[in-house]
Amino acid sequence: MSSLYEEVHSAPSSDIPVRQVTVNVNGESRTANVEPRLLLAHLLRQAFKLTGTHTGCDTTNCGACTILFDGRPIKSCTMLAVQADGHSVQTVEGLASASELHPLQEGFKQEHALQCGFCTPGMMMAAKALLEENLNPTEDEIRWALSGNLCRCTGYQNIVKAVLWAAEKMRAELN
Amino acid sequence: MYPSRFKYESPNTVEEAIKLLDAGKGEAKILAGGQSLVPMLKLRFAFPEQVVDINNIPGLDYIRFDADGTLHIGALVRHEHLEKSLEISKRQPTIAAAAPLVADPIVRTRGTFVGSVCHADPQGDWAATMIALNGSIIVQGPKGKRTIAMKDFVLGPYANSMNYNEIAIEAVIPAPQGVARGGYLKLERRVGDFATASVAVALDMKGDVVVGAGFALAGVGGKTIDANEAASALLGQKLTEATIAKAAAIVAAKAEPRTDHRGSAEYKRHIVETFVKRILVANSTQKVA
Ligand SMILES: Cc1cc2nc3c(=O)[nH]c(=O)nc-3n(C[C@H](O)[C@H](O)[C@H](O)COP(=O)(O)OP(=O)(O)OC[C@H]3O[C@@H](n4cnc5c(N)ncnc54)[C@H](O)[C@@H]3O)c2cc1C
Ligand code: FES
Ligand code: FES
Repeated sequence: MSSLYEEVHSAPSSDIPVRQVTVNVNGESRTANVEPRLLLAHLLRQAFKLTGTHTGCDTTNCGACTILFDGRPIKSCTMLAVQADGHSVQTVEGLASASELHPLQEGFKQEHALQCGFCTPGMMMAAKALLEENLNPTEDEIRWALSGNLCRCTGYQNIVKAVLWAAEKMRAELN
Repeated sequence: MYPSRFKYESPNTVEEAIKLLDAGKGEAKILAGGQSLVPMLKLRFAFPEQVVDINNIPGLDYIRFDADGTLHIGALVRHEHLEKSLEISKRQPTIAAAAPLVADPIVRTRGTFVGSVCHADPQGDWAATMIALNGSIIVQGPKGKRTIAMKDFVLGPYANSMNYNEIAIEAVIPAPQGVARGGYLKLERRVGDFATASVAVALDMKGDVVVGAGFALAGVGGKTIDANEAASALLGQKLTEATIAKAAAIVAAKAEPRTDHRGSAEYKRHIVETFVKRILVANSTQKVA
């Protein structure tokens, strides 16, 4: 795993110990050896091969890398992988079950809420965090909750509709 | 972007963290919310030898009001904790108004109040809030604790007056003599952008009468701007059209805006004056336009 940063052509340094981290990812315990400077987004993508989490800006601005960390949304490009040791993480790969899409995924499909799809995983994870707190959000509340996630394609309108769609379906499923 | 290499420790006590900082001799950095430090590591604006992660130290995430009304905010209180706190929304209107305006909702789940004050970004919302509220920071080092008044805490952009082996434990906001009023307004082009101008106003009121007032600005100068001298226009008086205009003019004169892509200097000064007026009018029981 110390090879994760091979592309920057620097061999692991002997005086900086590689650390073992164990993270619960989408309900499954995963372990890796990492350099402390490895970012969580890269641990997920490169070590765990969960490439649904995107890195767009790498500067904490776009939210494409949004995941849930102990249930709260965070930008995984702005947390060290070592910090996730002993914590639980949910990524977009954890949304669907084997046979069924998550209502948010269905909503994005129904309402045409994506074009290139680059922002979509982050949008859905931020929306999931909102719906876990509030299953009956107003349009305003959705826009507010997604204001840390940028989309260059859709103009946001359909993303908001998709979240409303998902909320409605999830409320119906509760009854 | 990859940070340069560093050693990482995540101690479970403040004392251990201080030991690591002390041993680091200035080459160790504390990691709190990481929402400023991690971007700086990636851009290699910061390249510490050692990162001391304080997120695993229990008991630092308290928001506590003493019986007399003094407010304590622990080092691991995140922006969103303040945004969601009912006590804060009832009792500390300046902080309550600023919390939802800091960064974006996802950054707010991690970033901390105290970390933000330590970071001393001239655009930072919490440093301005702390100056207006006449707050102080309690820091702890190998020799124990000391209290640093906010006006002595921020030395300049990204520079605070802590020693390398000290850690900020909590922020303290003094109790009002009467009722804490006030507000926070920020003009930004979009969520998460640096402020075009931000205004923090803290009032201490007994009935209609102002018994304490604080003002500070972010985004309109090379540092957080202390405009507390505008209190002179209000102390012992009611919030009337005349006193409000006087205070707003003093605050606006303290701004040091520069013309840039966010607007002209003149425009920013005008925003500052308008925001001060809006906050004061909203806190006035008088009918003022
Ligand atoms: C996209 C984006 C938008 C943002 N917008 C805003 C905004 O609008 N307004 C605003 O105010 N901020 C904004 N920020 C900054 C954000 O509020 C940060 O959370 C804050 O500046 C730093 O807090 P932190 O807990 O994340 O600190 P960290 O990043 O962990 O640390 C910052 C610095 O403070 C030091 N430090 C932290 N805690 C302590 C401590 N207890 N004792 C001693 N030193 C300590 C660290 O060593 C480091 O040097 C934004 C950040 C991002 C990424
Ligand atoms: S890649 Fe993390 S916020 Fe853009
Ligand atoms: S669909 Fe392309 S960025 Fe959102």
